[in-house]
Parts: sequence; C-alpha cells; structure tokens
Amino acid sequence: MAGQDQAIHLLSLAELSKGLSSRDFSSRELVADLLSRIDGDETLNAFITVTADQALSFAEECDKARSKGDIGALNGLPIVYKDIFCTKGVLTTCGSRILENFVSPYDATVVERMASAGAVMLGKTNMDEFAMGSSSETSYFGPVRNPWDSERTPGGSSGGSAAAVAARLTPAATGTDTGGSIRQPAALTGTVGLKPTYGRVSRYGMIAFASSLDQAGVITRTAEDAAMLLAVMAGFDERDSTSVDHPVPDYVGGLTAPMKGRKIGIVRQHFDEGLDEQCAARVKDALSALEQQGAELIEIDLPNLDLSVPTYYVVAPAECSSNLSRFDGVRFGRRANDAKDLFDLYCRSRGEGFGAEVKRRIMTGTYVLSAGYYDAYYLKAQKVRQLISQDFRNAFEKVDVIAGPTTPTPAFKLGDKTDDPITMYLNDIYTIGANLAGLPGISVPCGFVDDLPVGLQLVGPHFAEETILACAHQYQSVCDWHQRCPEAYQ
Amino acid sequence: MNDAWEVVIGLEIHNRLATNSKMFSGAANAYGADVNTQACLVDLGYPGVLPVLNADVVRMACKFGLAINATVARRCVFARKNYFYPDLPKGYQISQFELPIVHDGELMIKDDKGDDKRIGITRAHLEEDAGKSIHEGFDQCTAIDLNRSGTPLLEIVSEPDLRSAKEAIAYMRKIHSIVRYLEISDGNMEEGSFRCDANVSVRPIGQEELGTRTELKNLNSFRFVEKAINFEINRQIDVLEDGGKVVQETRLYDSDRDETRPMRSKEEANDYRYFPDPDLLPVEIDDAFVAEVEKTLPELPDAKQLRFVEQYELKVEDTEILTLSRAVADYFEAVAINFAGKAQIAANWVIGELSAALNREGVEIIDSKIGPTDLAGLLSRIQDGTISGKIAKEVFEAMWAGEGSADEIIEAKGLRQITDSSAIEKIVDAVIAANPAQVEQYQSGKDKLLGFFVGQVMKETGGKAHPGQVNEVLKSRLKKD
Repeated sequence: MAGQDQAIHLLSLAELSKGLSSRDFSSRELVADLLSRIDGDETLNAFITVTADQALSFAEECDKARSKGDIGALNGLPIVYKDIFCTKGVLTTCGSRILENFVSPYDATVVERMASAGAVMLGKTNMDEFAMGSSSETSYFGPVRNPWDSERTPGGSSGGSAAAVAARLTPAATGTDTGGSIRQPAALTGTVGLKPTYGRVSRYGMIAFASSLDQAGVITRTAEDAAMLLAVMAGFDERDSTSVDHPVPDYVGGLTAPMKGRKIGIVRQHFDEGLDEQCAARVKDALSALEQQGAELIEIDLPNLDLSVPTYYVVAPAECSSNLSRFDGVRFGRRANDAKDLFDLYCRSRGEGFGAEVKRRIMTGTYVLSAGYYDAYYLKAQKVRQLISQDFRNAFEKVDVIAGPTTPTPAFKLGDKTDDPITMYLNDIYTIGANLAGLPGISVPCGFVDDLPVGLQLVGPHFAEETILACAHQYQSVCDWHQRCPEAYQ
Repeated sequence: MNDAWEVVIGLEIHNRLATNSKMFSGAANAYGADVNTQACLVDLGYPGVLPVLNADVVRMACKFGLAINATVARRCVFARKNYFYPDLPKGYQISQFELPIVHDGELMIKDDKGDDKRIGITRAHLEEDAGKSIHEGFDQCTAIDLNRSGTPLLEIVSEPDLRSAKEAIAYMRKIHSIVRYLEISDGNMEEGSFRCDANVSVRPIGQEELGTRTELKNLNSFRFVEKAINFEINRQIDVLEDGGKVVQETRLYDSDRDETRPMRSKEEANDYRYFPDPDLLPVEIDDAFVAEVEKTLPELPDAKQLRFVEQYELKVEDTEILTLSRAVADYFEAVAINFAGKAQIAANWVIGELSAALNREGVEIIDSKIGPTDLAGLLSRIQDGTISGKIAKEVFEAMWAGEGSADEIIEAKGLRQITDSSAIEKIVDAVIAANPAQVEQYQSGKDKLLGFFVGQVMKETGGKAHPGQVNEVLKSRLKKD
C-alpha cells in the first residue's frame, strides 16, 4: 500500500483518500504536515494567503465526520484555491494591489462545492494579476518561482497553484484558464492541468477576466485526481447563466476506458516553426506511446491556428476592459487618498491599483470597442473566432481527441519575456484555441528537456472531459513522469 | 407658436417594470425602503458575481410588444453600456443595443384637431436602472443609494412622429395607460417609475430634412413635459430666427425656473463601447411563449372605449376619460351593471361627483369610500324617484363620510322625496300667500320668478319636494284666473 511506505506529501489525492479511509493518518495530521511544508518554503512564493488555523479546525471536523460515517467525496482532503476564487472571510486579491485589502463576503460556487464535499482549504495561491500573464510575474505580490529551477517561471497565470502541486505542498489546486492559464503552468511544472468545457463549471465567484473564455479547472499530479475533483466541481449553477445544464458523468469510473481504437488527431501546424525541437521530440515520444496502447494517430489541419493569438488578444482585452471597470475604489478594494475630485479618485485608485500588464490590456480592450474601431477589431475577431471553432468541429468529425504540445518551450527564465509582451503572448499559441472554441483540454507531463518538464496537451469536443481524462489516465499508467519530484521538495 | 415652423418630437419613455425582484438579482424591486437595504452583492457589483435574468421582465416586455402591435423579437441580446459613475457599480449598465426585445410598434392618438393619428414606436428595450447619487447634505461628499441599482426598465422609443407638445402628452398618456392596463408598471411618476426624455427639433414648414435636435432630460410629470417642450420649441425658433444654429446637445429642464439649459458637455462626451454581455446568453423567445403571453392580454383602452360607446351608448369624450385607467373603467362597469337606468347617468356620476371626491381626498379609485354597488344603489333611488338629483348629492356626501348605504341615509335623515300632491299643494299655497308682491310681478309677465317660487317651496320642504310636481302645481296656481 502506497500510503504505508511513502511520505504523506508524495501521495496523490486518490491515495490520500484511501489512506484516510483506512485510518493510516487523520486529515488533521495530513493538513498539519502540508502546512509545515508550506510554511517551510521560502523560495516559491506560491501563496498569497495561508489559512492554517481555519484548515486545522476544518480538518478536525472532517475527522469527526468520518468517525460518524457521514462524509463527502473529498472528506479531509487538502486543496488550495487560486486567489481569483472568492472565499468567504478570507483575503481574495486576484494578485492585484487594487484588491490588497479585499475580504470576500461570500464563497465562489467552486469553493462552496469543494467545501461541502469536505475538501480542506490550505490557502490561496499567487497568480498573475487578474490572471493576465503567462509567467506569474505580473502579481503585485511578487513572482512565483518554478520548483524545478527557481530562476525560472512556473508559467501562469495559475503559477502559484502549479508550483504548489509540483513542490508537493498540496496534492491539488484550483486554477482558471482563459487562454492556457491552467494547462501552460501545468506543463512547465510537470503537473496535470485540466480546463473543462466552457460552461461545465460555474464561474460564480470567480473574479472575471474575460467572461466568454474564463473557465475554472484543477491542477493535480494525476488525471485520476483531476477526475475526482471535476466530479465535485462540475454541474449547472443557477447563479451562472453560462453554466450548462448537462449531465455530469462518472469521471473516475470512466478512466478505465481503454486507449485501443481511439482516434487521435495530430495537428500538422503544431510542428511548424516555433516549437522547440527537444520538446517536439518528447511530445512525439508520448504520441508513440499512445499508439502503442492502441490509439490510431491521424494527421489533421487546424488552418486558422495562427489567428488564435491575435483573435484572443482582441476578445480577451475587450471583455477585461469592461469587467475591470468595477474596480473603481468606490465600494471595495483600494482607494487612493486625498482625491481632488471624482475623476481624480478614479484615475489614482486605478492608476495605483493596477499593474502595467493589466493597464495594457484595459487600454487595448477600450480601443477595440471604441466607436469607429469596433467593426474592424472586435467584430472581426468574433468572426475569426467562429472560423477557429469551425476548424475544431471539422477536426472532431475525424478524430476523438487532438494531441500535441502544450507549450512551445519548457519553462523560461524569470524576466526573460517581461519586456516583450508579444513573445510572452505567443507562449499560449497551442492552448488559446481551446478557449476560443470553449473546448476541454488537459496537459499531462510527458518528459523532460534539460531537467525541465514538458507537457502533452489533449483537447476534446465539448463535454468530452471523460474522454480526455481517460486518455490521460491510460497514458499515465504506462509512464512515470508525473511521479518525478523536484529534488528540493522530495 | 409660429406658423412658419414645424415641430418634430420623439419621446423616450423609461418605464419601471413592476417585478417582485430586480432585473438580474434576487433583491426586492420596491420603492421607498431605507437606503442601501435593497441591494445585494450583484447590485453592488462585487468581484465575481454574475447577473441572472429575471424571466418576468421578458414576459412583461413581450406583453407590451403585443399591446402596441409590435414585433416581439424571437432572439434578443443584452449589451453592456460602459461608463464610469459612482452610482453605476459595475462601470457598465446592462441594456439592449442592436437587438431589442420589441420593435416596430404603433399606437393611435388624437392630434391637435381631434383626428386619429398613428405614432410609430421604433423599439422598446430592457435595461437595468442605475443607483442614485445624493449630492446634498453630506459635507462635500456624494452619498450613494443603490436600492434602485438593477431595477428593471422598459425604454420605449417613439418615431419622430409627434408634432406638438400636446401630441407628445397625448402619446405619453396613452403609453402610461397601456402599461398600467397590462399591469407591468405602476406608472408612478413621483417615484420615477415613469419618466421621459424628449428629442425636439424644428424645421421650416415644407422642409424634408430634420432640424438639429436637442434632448431634454429629467421630465417626470406630464405638465413638465409639456412646459419643457414648449420652452424648447420657442427657444429653438428664436435661435433660428436670429440667424443662429441649434446646437445638438442634452438639456436639463429646470421646473423651478421653467427653462431648459445645457448639461455640461463633459457629462455627455461618452463613447459607451456597447458590446454583447458575455455573462448572459441571448434570449430566445418561441411562438408558444408569445401565444401564452397573448392569452393574458386584457382588453386595452381603445377596444374598451369602442365597446363602451356601443354597449352603454356613452358620449365618446366620456369613454376617453373612463378608459384612461383600467380601475376607473372597471368601477364604471360595476356601477352600470348594477343600475337599471341609463349608463350615461352612471358615467356622469363617476366622472363628476366620484372623481371630485377622490381628487379632493387624494384617494385612488380602488380605495374609494363608496363602492360601485353602493353608488349604483344611490342612482337607483334617483331613478325610482325616491330622491331628487340634488338630494342625491347630499346622500353621496353622507355615504362618503361612512354614514351607511343610500337607503339607510335616506331613511335616517328623512330625505324621501315628497310626491303627495295634496301636501305639495298646501305648501305652494302657503308660499303664494306669503309673497303677494312677487305673485303680482309674475303675473304681469316676469316668468323668471317661477324659480324664486320653486326655491321657496324647496326651502320649506328641505329640498324633498319632487321638483317636477312643484313646477306643475306652481304654474297652475299662479295662473291668472
């Protein structure tokens, strides 16, 4: 039994669940162990808030509940939330100075569902400010570092969640993915990152960046753990009109579906220029492994793939420019002192409260929605978005899943791309398409380049989480990349 | 006004819908609560919250669309109107822009000559209201009340078909009447449930091209709409006749000074950056829904008016007054049904005595102290000759004061009309005997003095004598033998 011979922090969520039910350890012991690891880490800057007291007392409650036999699916299991999820009575900053003092009066639906299933919140993780970034460097609370190389980024925007899972500070974390913000950091930290179908998980209580693209998901070390969490998070929420009333299947039960006979699409454009050669080699190795398990590899085209990044950088800023208007210093959050008048209050509260990347996107978004530019930018982008969706629909007539690289390169150095937003944006070239089309995607560790993890991305049709989770799980049953742990965190 | 100029007016009416909860949140939609007690996290624009459409607003807008013979869009879209203001918590207002829920409607009004005139209604769209800024009484600060934030409005935009302030008022009254008939709004103007912006321009008669318009804001009573429009028409004509140009601008009406004046240009230099709200799905409306709503439509004022003329043989101008409000029309019908005499008598009483009493006491007709069956009871006593019309007014006042039914009051006060001819003759003889001088004058040709004798008889009988009989007896007794 894994639980008896391995250190507790190395266990997966599924293994911890077994350990708790066979009373190998209590939730309190588990939580205390992880809290001390979190407390001991001075490198990563993965957390903005650690909720130690709250976690210990909730863990005790979970232990009591277990002794009475009345328990939820995640009873006593630890989790951390990206600081974009509102948590009642707990600081919720979204990585921004403008919310440096914001204590949410309510729980996000995701948090509510996790808590009622018995998951124990350890803390809130660091992130790019308002989820705008691909390196977790735009956070007001300082950059997150990659456990595999502290000079490098863990990716972003859910970098704190990915780093915490990779460093075994928690077995599981939530993230949000607007253009790759779960899958890209998962790839760069050797973890599993699942972005569900748009509408699969409620966005209520998730601070909005780009409403038509944002989707909550999870970062774990195994596809099995992601399936356990998705089963709790997924489902219609009457408080989110864009959540879809679609049945929630048994994700964990579906994991055993065999690879044999799966038609896996390989996108010709993925292996064009831009992809690091060694990364390409790791991804191709992974594809061969899938083939060996009985999958049929089929070459496909996504002809408008190169338009996805420019399209995204019109649509997402447009929505963010409007979504972030509520941060005005009037009702909550940071307010500038001694404003001369209303205009000054707005300018200074927002000027001081937002960082450079957020301002850049608000300005871009305001521009593309302006009278005279709307048709040329916003409307055009919406049309291209339809084309990209159509490309995927065409592809899924031929294949069950699309597989390829998650990112063009392994983790880059902190500061490397901060002065060059376009290069930074291109890091999301393989992930953005799934957001524009609303499709589910997962990144699974598939090897290393110079001791840095590489991710394999699987994308499925709408509501095919079961399929991509099963493929990822089957792949993980024949490899051990996800078992590798950064040396400093073993 | 001036014969050389033609006036062109279009109205935008903002009408608060009478839903239980707000347009996109569960907070109560009611006027008059303590400040900021009816605003939930959604209304406050907190981080992470999302709007959820109240199905009632869709039903109400659809009802309105059917009532004005408009197209109810099978698909409509909510859009964000972006601007910063402290009483707009999200920094945008959820409205409808390119695809409104109702478009291409119409209604009929009477123009200045009393002829029927069709007024086109371009569109009616749904939008949430903003909160309220209070600038006075907070020592250099502005206070914000968000109770109104997110309450549902139906904005009704007319074509520029109106040609005078009077027509504008007629149109506005018609809309006001329709929304209350449909029970989609209380139409309360003092509480801001029904307010209006007017687009006004003038052009030389015969000119095709429209003149430059100004937009008048903040018009919250019929009287102010009329005054503001008339002020603005005269102002524009003066400007043009002096060789000047009308500037396209938004002007506020100041009712204290009875004038319009421009808003500061900063307040209107907005690019609202409308775009479809990604938090809300497009609203799909199917035929079955529309058919179901159609079944709930009440008889509307125009149809009711026609029916009243036909069924009750009322004067046309009276039916206009009676059908303006559904409650008044219902009251009238309840009286008419319970009254065997001519319905016109019932109409006269509802428009006359009853309305006067309601106005005097500031009471709505549904709260009238005299119910329709009681009023019918009173009219029946006139009809059967128990009391005269004059005495009936006295009985009416007593009924209003809560002294009982018509019959009870007539009995208690002994108001029954004297119809016994010998009793009347006796009194007439006494009056004639007591006024020899007047008798002589009458008999020498001063016919008008008959009224004097009637008055004297009535005085003697406390008004209870049957006026017809008194007349007859007087005439025969005063005849020179």
